[in-house]
Amino acid sequence: MKFLDYFKSKKVDTASIAKDRLQIIVAHERHNRDQPDYLPALQKEILEVIRKYIPIAEEQISVNLDKNQDLSVLELNITLPDEEVA
Amino acid sequence: MAKIIVVTSGKGGVGKTTTSAAIGTGLALKGKKTAIIDFDVGLRNLDLVMNCERRVVYDFVNVINEEATLNQALIKDKRTEGLFILPASQTRDKDALTQEGVQRVLNELAETFDYIVCDSPAGIEKGAHMAMYFADVAIIVTNPEVSSVRDSDRILGILQSKTMRAETGGEPIEEYLLLTRYSPERVEKGEMLSVEDVEDILAIQLLGIIPESKTVLKASNQGVPVILDDESIAGQAYEDAVNRLLGEEVEHRFLTVAKKGFLKRMFGGNQ
Repeated sequence: MKFLDYFKSKKVDTASIAKDRLQIIVAHERHNRDQPDYLPALQKEILEVIRKYIPIAEEQISVNLDKNQDLSVLELNITLPDEEVA
Repeated sequence: MAKIIVVTSGKGGVGKTTTSAAIGTGLALKGKKTAIIDFDVGLRNLDLVMNCERRVVYDFVNVINEEATLNQALIKDKRTEGLFILPASQTRDKDALTQEGVQRVLNELAETFDYIVCDSPAGIEKGAHMAMYFADVAIIVTNPEVSSVRDSDRILGILQSKTMRAETGGEPIEEYLLLTRYSPERVEKGEMLSVEDVEDILAIQLLGIIPESKTVLKASNQGVPVILDDESIAGQAYEDAVNRLLGEEVEHRFLTVAKKGFLKRMFGGNQ
């Protein structure tokens, strides 16, 4: 059999493609899963409050929660527009 | 105190009911008084796999609604001593399973049983939640295939956050991987994810590898748990898994391509 395989066209190792794809999607989904359910709503509300004062777009704000053993850090990142509002 | 085992997967058709029937039977064969509960309300099938479909009078939802006692609803298995089946209801009411009701039934079973095997429905809806909520041990049934592995990872996330042990900060649920429909031939050709690949991704302890085998369908055709088929390599692999579940160290088998003799190659042979 091995002898005959030599003459066959080289086959793609699809299993390793599957593994690579899975590792990426699983890592991505695990990251999202660790975030609490209220985070998207929290982000939206914070955005609305800031918009009362500064015009910013949705992608200019990011909310992240990092949990360690005994410390949780809520990180709020807002990119302010270039032009200062007078 | 009874141990509650949930057999779950996220994805459908990977072998949850086959596994529940095999593991439940295997535990009873080891002298452990075992009940298998079908949580798939509306799509009952454990009764067929266990060959007791014509003996169903009352079901799980009847017991929850106190329309029947547990003893009236439990079906005693005719082949295996110490094995009982609690069939699912065929109602279409999605809210038939209440957390309080499920807990009450499990508590009552726990008084006299050693093991309670909860056969989860596919998906992440109410039935699946209820099946895993009170579990001590989770068996994640996974096929070596992308959608199944991804769904298993999703289920692991839910087990770690939406179960009683997670919510009350108790000891985490023991999680085990059971890889089913495994084909060493296809793994060797690079066509199928290997055990190591799946273990790498899911990172949980391996309970067993059930090889793809024609005997699994033959067994369910007849309503015989495949573990009762001594000739079947799938049955033997389930037996190993039960022994591991009971704390024994058993080497994993059927991981390499079986060398076929000349006659078998010519005429084929049953696995």
